[in-house]
Amino acid sequence: MISEYVKEGKTLILRITEEVDQHTADKLRRKLDNEIEVYSPQKVILDCSGITFMDSSGIGMVLGRYKLVKMLGGNFEIINVNKRMKKIFDMSGVSRIITIIDEEEEENEGVM
Amino acid sequence: MKGLCDNEMKLEFSSKTSNEAFARVAVAAFVAQLDPTIDELSDIKTAVSEAVTNSIIHGYGDEEGTVKIEVKIYINTIEIEISDSGKGIEDVEIAMRPLYTSKPDLERSGMGFTIMESFMDEIKVESALGFGTKVKMKKKIEPKQQEDELTNTEDGEASWKRI
Repeated sequence: MISEYVKEGKTLILRITEEVDQHTADKLRRKLDNEIEVYSPQKVILDCSGITFMDSSGIGMVLGRYKLVKMLGGNFEIINVNKRMKKIFDMSGVSRIITIIDEEEEENEGVM
Repeated sequence: MKGLCDNEMKLEFSSKTSNEAFARVAVAAFVAQLDPTIDELSDIKTAVSEAVTNSIIHGYGDEEGTVKIEVKIYINTIEIEISDSGKGIEDVEIAMRPLYTSKPDLERSGMGFTIMESFMDEIKVESALGFGTKVKMKKKIEPKQQEDELTNTEDGEASWKRI
């Protein structure tokens, strides 16, 4: 996980760089919560561009962090979500609660 | 049951969450011989991860046990069976409902079975309280024809030619 805090706008950018399953989610959520509690940011951006695999463990991980950020009075956003992750977030209703910004399709066409 | 399928493999490992990545990668490596697309392979890896996680955290919980995986290939269809000898599921129908979870404290979303259903062609769950759970999933891998080209033979008849 790579964490970056931008003072201007009090934005915390958290980039997950591992596979997300039940095993890694446990450690990840502790690390993410710690960063969020340390900075108490106004906005948290969860960058998913470094996630190479995600199963349903990602749903709980994302919702749990969303709840924490909301409780602290901040905004929560997920960016760089690929097609498969989007499908999992849509199926579980996460997309109805949290702002999700997809990977730009045109940019990735032909690269995949 | 030899002879009925074209190829098969069996795998057994301890019910530790650290084995989830090993399990899905091992199944993906075996299935690779059918030349699946990246999407098909990701579907399979996700479904395997869900079933294995269920066995580890719901089947065995705090106890240690063994998770078994059997993969069979029938022409271009794969059949994956993931089983445990854990505590079993009282009511499979309820367990399979979207968003149902018996472990919300672990931030489990209750979407595991729904994802398996959606990413695979077929799923069957058998469970007996005190004896364990078996999840059987099937998926057809679409044969690829990108390397084939429709050409005309000398006598004017169209035929597929491998290039």
